[in-house]
Amino acid sequence: MFRGALREISRYPSAIFGLLVIFALVAISIYTVITLPYHEAIRLWRGGEEIWGDNPRLAWPAWINYFVKEKRPLTQKRTSHDADVERHEQQIDENLWVDDVVYTFEYTADTFPQELTVTLYSEYKEKAPYVSITLERPDGQVLRLANLAVEGGKRVYRLEQDEQLHRKLRLPEHVSTIIGVFAEDPTAADPRPLKGTYILRLEGTRFEPDSTLESKAVLYGTVYGWAGTDHLRRDLSIALLWGTPIALSFGLLAAVGTTVLTMIISAVGVWYGGWVDSLIQRITEVNLVLPVLPILIMIGVFYTRSLWAMLGVIIVLSIFGAGIKTYRAIFLQVKAQPYIEAARAYGASDWRIILLYMVPRVVPTLIPSLVTLIPSFVFLEASLAVLGLGDPVLPTWGKVIDEARVNGALYQGLYYWMLEPSFLLMVTGIGFAMLGFSLDRIFNPRLREL
Amino acid sequence: MSVQTQSAPAPAREGEQPLLSVRNLRVWYELKKWGFGHAGYVRAVDNVSFDLAQGEAIAIVGESGCGKSSLMKAILGLVRPYSGEILFEGKDIFAGGRAGLRWYRSQVGYVQQDPFGALPPFMSIRRILEEPLILGGVKNRKERLKRIREVLEEVKLSPPEDFLNKFPHMLSGGQQQRVVIARAMIRRPKLLVADEPVSMLDASVRVEILKLLRQIQADYNLAVIYITHDLSTVRYFSERIFVMYAGKLIEKAATDELLWHPRHPYTIALLNAISDPDASNAHKLREVPPGEPPSLVNPPPGCRFHPRCKAMIQGRCEVDEPPEFEPRPGHQVACWLYEAGDRIPPGWSEEA
Repeated sequence: MFRGALREISRYPSAIFGLLVIFALVAISIYTVITLPYHEAIRLWRGGEEIWGDNPRLAWPAWINYFVKEKRPLTQKRTSHDADVERHEQQIDENLWVDDVVYTFEYTADTFPQELTVTLYSEYKEKAPYVSITLERPDGQVLRLANLAVEGGKRVYRLEQDEQLHRKLRLPEHVSTIIGVFAEDPTAADPRPLKGTYILRLEGTRFEPDSTLESKAVLYGTVYGWAGTDHLRRDLSIALLWGTPIALSFGLLAAVGTTVLTMIISAVGVWYGGWVDSLIQRITEVNLVLPVLPILIMIGVFYTRSLWAMLGVIIVLSIFGAGIKTYRAIFLQVKAQPYIEAARAYGASDWRIILLYMVPRVVPTLIPSLVTLIPSFVFLEASLAVLGLGDPVLPTWGKVIDEARVNGALYQGLYYWMLEPSFLLMVTGIGFAMLGFSLDRIFNPRLREL
Repeated sequence: MSVQTQSAPAPAREGEQPLLSVRNLRVWYELKKWGFGHAGYVRAVDNVSFDLAQGEAIAIVGESGCGKSSLMKAILGLVRPYSGEILFEGKDIFAGGRAGLRWYRSQVGYVQQDPFGALPPFMSIRRILEEPLILGGVKNRKERLKRIREVLEEVKLSPPEDFLNKFPHMLSGGQQQRVVIARAMIRRPKLLVADEPVSMLDASVRVEILKLLRQIQADYNLAVIYITHDLSTVRYFSERIFVMYAGKLIEKAATDELLWHPRHPYTIALLNAISDPDASNAHKLREVPPGEPPSLVNPPPGCRFHPRCKAMIQGRCEVDEPPEFEPRPGHQVACWLYEAGDRIPPGWSEEA
């Protein structure tokens, strides 16, 4: 029967499309779980500035440059360890060393960078090294950015927050420092960035023989990776990738758990009849009027927001669902079949009859509904996340949507942030639905006439 | 119920212990009110007794709703009798608990009416035939397969390889019924219960299936209970015929004896209703007993056939339940007409 079904599937283009989508999702899940183990993903996703500090904030995915006329800059990062960085060290006298580093940035984008930061690291005993930072623009203009003592072992210079420089450049109030530094003409109505080579010079002075002076310069772009970043500079691809296995396993477990248990309970009720059947029917009727979502919200607020606890609650609440009634109608017919009586006459036990003689009759009608049920549980998980009841630890698609919403992604025009997880949810739904509806036609041939 | 039938049903062969012995069997279903209150009983089988010898074939004949299916289910151990006992080789089939019933079931084969419904549509023929063997404790797969091949040959589904992996819907009605017979025979039972085995089949395969059953019965010295509403197929098959009406066996006799010398007015009505393929019959109105079979919840007092009986004796039939009389040797009939001995019943001509 199932071999025949596979052959029939090939006759439905929508089923093939659905299968391809599902295979792709499964492949992504496997790839994710292998290349980015769970604990690593959690560590990254819950990490702060120390992990994500060099990423731009709220950056669009890099492929956006294929679709816009004004190309946006990628992030450029250099450290004093890099091989291609110019470095001069010279001892002037007994207690004075000059330590110069030159970073060059090739700037070709049509829009402004997000930020320029210089981080200085030093190890010293008493007197902190001293660094003066200058930036030479492609047009030859040299800007003195700052003179800093690297006290405490680490200093960060952020161009955008440099009020002094803003005053020194005599920029109008509405023009930010970064535009003032990178624009062809900062006072123009629509300032454009000056393209070319920017040279960042760090002139360091050390006062102790054993002291060190290292640095890192980051010119933040406004695009990042294939998924972009969020307000915490995190790479969204982690959440999108890890959302796939979580969504699939959640949907599959919930759908299989509810339908299989529902079916078996329904079959048990029909087979034993009497008070067993009555009890199951009454429980179902009471359970049918219980609202699932408010109960989940209450559990999320008062007890736990763990995804797997939610899964358990969903299964428990859905077992005694409308399916009990549907399956009961089918099982009542099956129970009256002569082959059941024959099985009893040759001595099959009650459980053997339920599991090997009654349940297999319903499986063909079960498979399509099971497939279409999977995305509905994926959506339920996303709905919970959007209601603020998402799992506090796991990165899921719903959580990304929720964070995008909370941080006003749509008001700020950061459409990618909300659309990427929504797109994945939609594709999942469409893939399973297309396969499910085709399977329904294959397993329940009477539908074909409609 | 004034007169208790305490007849000792005559075993077909003297001196032997009967294979199956049914004693005062009552299958009553309780009717409930509000789910718990008692509202009476459906007396589907009421005080039925008979013996069946090893190798003997009997037919139980009656119209729909007369209780023959309930009698069959009780004999198969599928429903618990309200009272009375069913003895198989002298042992009560319900007395041995689960293990006893399991052993008994391995001794009884069951052939059903609707061959397609009797076979699980999602199982292959091989799996269908394997189930009774698995339940019978045959652990070895090879041994099971060997027995399946054997039994498929017996029911003339050969070569067995052509059928093992097929599903029931791929077979014709006659082949399906052969599979049903194979399943009934696979544990080499001593008793076969056949519930209208040919009524759902095409006329062309009926005779073949009946011949097959007959041959299997002869080959394995099988006792057969053949249940039918169709008197025309009975002759092929059985040595004795029991006529059932409203939960009771009203007439028991050897096949030819019953067909040529019926005594109960109901049997006579049944025999008169057998169709003959004769063109002149198209213009003749057949005589059928007026009215309908009685309710089994409140059966009529006295003889249960009396409201429809042409030969009813006022003051007798509607008052007292008739005991079994034996107007001719080996021919038992529960009818007051034979209280004083044998006679030719009204509506029947012995020379016919």
